[in-house]
Amino acid sequence: MTDTSSAYDRPLPVPVHEDLSKPFWEATKKHELIMPKCNSCSSIFFYPREACPECTSMDLDWTEVSGQGRVYSYTHVRQAVHPYFQSENGHIYAIIELLEGPKIPSNILECEPEDIFVDMNVVATFEDLNDDFTLLKFKPGP
Amino acid sequence: MESLRYKTAIVGASETTELGNIPDKTPFQLHVDASVNAIKDCGIDKKEIDGIATTMNPVALAHYLGITPKWIDNTQVGGTSFLIHVRHAAAAIASGLCDTVLVSMAESGKSRVGQSSNSNFSDSSLEGLRDSSFPGQFESIYGVYGPTTQFGLGVLRYMKETGTTHEQLASVAVAQRKWSNKVPRAMYRDLITIEDVLESRMICYPFHLLECCLVSDGGGALIITRSNRANNFAKDPVYILGTGESAETPIVSQMYDMTSSTAFKISSKKAFEESGLNQSNIDHLMIYDAFAHLPIYGLEDLGFVSRGEAGAFIEQGNTSPGGSLPMNTNGGGLSYTHTGMYGMFAIQESIRQVRGEASNQVPNVEVSFCQGVGGMFMAAASLIFTNSPPD
Repeated sequence: MTDTSSAYDRPLPVPVHEDLSKPFWEATKKHELIMPKCNSCSSIFFYPREACPECTSMDLDWTEVSGQGRVYSYTHVRQAVHPYFQSENGHIYAIIELLEGPKIPSNILECEPEDIFVDMNVVATFEDLNDDFTLLKFKPGP
Repeated sequence: MESLRYKTAIVGASETTELGNIPDKTPFQLHVDASVNAIKDCGIDKKEIDGIATTMNPVALAHYLGITPKWIDNTQVGGTSFLIHVRHAAAAIASGLCDTVLVSMAESGKSRVGQSSNSNFSDSSLEGLRDSSFPGQFESIYGVYGPTTQFGLGVLRYMKETGTTHEQLASVAVAQRKWSNKVPRAMYRDLITIEDVLESRMICYPFHLLECCLVSDGGGALIITRSNRANNFAKDPVYILGTGESAETPIVSQMYDMTSSTAFKISSKKAFEESGLNQSNIDHLMIYDAFAHLPIYGLEDLGFVSRGEAGAFIEQGNTSPGGSLPMNTNGGGLSYTHTGMYGMFAIQESIRQVRGEASNQVPNVEVSFCQGVGGMFMAAASLIFTNSPPD
C-alpha cells in the first residue's frame, strides 16, 4: 500500500496504472520520459488518451522526449491536504512545460523553494520508489 | 435559435434559514429548508412547480416535496452547476417543456453531517490518492489534492506575465471584507488590511489563509417561471436577460492557458450577446471567489478590464463600497459563506441587489452580472439579471 521515498522520508502514494498510461510508468522505471504522439498530425500531447486531441486520429505511438523544460508555474505547498506530504518546509508542486510542448505536473528537487522561479530551466530526474514504481521529477537544469 | 432574453424570471429566491455552522442538519434537510423558503418567498402554490433542477438526486427532492415534475436536470459540474440549472430552466420554460422550475442547492460543507469524511485523510489510509484517474496517476502523487493545493497553480505565472503584485492579490480579500462588514449573515465581518492578509498563515504560496475561502454549511433555492406570469407573485420579478455556459478541463493542470479561464470567456461572451448589453451596462457584479485570484481572472476574462489590469483595479477600490463596479457585495466565498459549491450564493446576492433588498445594498442596481466557476476552472456559467420590465 505504501512505499518509502528518500526525498520525503515517509510513505508515498504510488500511481495506479491503467492500460492507457502503463507505457508511461514502464518507461519511468527505465528512467525514460515518453509522451503520446499522433502518427497522423504529429502532435505530441499529454495526458495519454485513446484519440489525438488535435485530430481524433487513433493511430498513436509513444515517443521519447528530451526531458528538458521550464517551470510554467508552481506553488509551494505549506499546508498539505494529505498527512503523508506534510513537512516542516512544505514541497514544490509545479507544472513543467516540456521543450516539446506538453505541460506535466511534477515536483522540483535539488532546489530550495525560495530559489525556484517561473520560467526556470529544469530537467527530468527519476525517483525510484521501489522495484515497481519510479516517479518522474524535475531538477534545475540547462 | 431565439434568444432567452426576457423569456423567464426569478420569482422566488431564498437561502437556508441558518447559514454558516449548522451541525444538526443533513444536506437533505437543508435542501428542504431552502426550497420551502423560496416557495414562501414568492407565495407560489407548490403544485405549480413542474420542473426541478439540483445536483442531488432530483427525484428524491421532488418526491419529498410532493412535486411530480415534467422536466428534471441533474447537471453536476461543481459550484457553477446552479447557474447552469437556471440557464437550462430558462431554455426549457421558453420552449414549453415546463412552466415553473425549482432550483435547489445545499451542503453540509463544514459539519459534514451524514457524510463519510473523504476530504480529511487519516494517516492510516491512502484511499483517494490511489486510483487510475488522471489526478490519481499524475497529480496527487506529487502531494496535491483538491482546491487549496491546486486551484491557484497558475497564479505565479499570471503574476509574472502581468506584473500583478502580492499586495494586489491580497486586496481582493480586503475589498470583500469591506462589503461583508455590513452583512449580518456573513461569517467573517471584521475589516482587514493588506498587511493582515500577507501576515496570515501561508497555505500554498502565494496564497495565505485570508486569500482562501472559508468553509460553511447552508444552501439556497430559486423559483423560475415565464416572464408573462412573473408579476403574479409576492415580489417584483427579476428577469433573466442573458445566459452562458462552458467547460474547459477536469484537470486543472491541463488548462489551455493557466493565466486565463477559457470557460469564463466563452460563457460571459454568450451571456452578453444574448442580453444585448455590454460591460458598461452592468451595475453590480458577482464573480465566484473560492480563492483571491478568481475575481482577478474574472474581471479580465469577462472583459471589464484589460489583461493585467484587474489587480490594480481592485486595489484602487473600484470594486469596493462606493466604487464604480461593486463586486461580491455579500463578501463572497472569502468572507460571506462557502459550502463547497458557492454558485447558488452568488446568484442569491445578485437577486437581492436587483430586488433592492441586500444587507449592503448598492444604490440603483438595475442590472447584475453573476459569474460562476465549477471545480477548478473545470466549467463556468454566466447569468445577467434585471429588475427593468420588458418593453
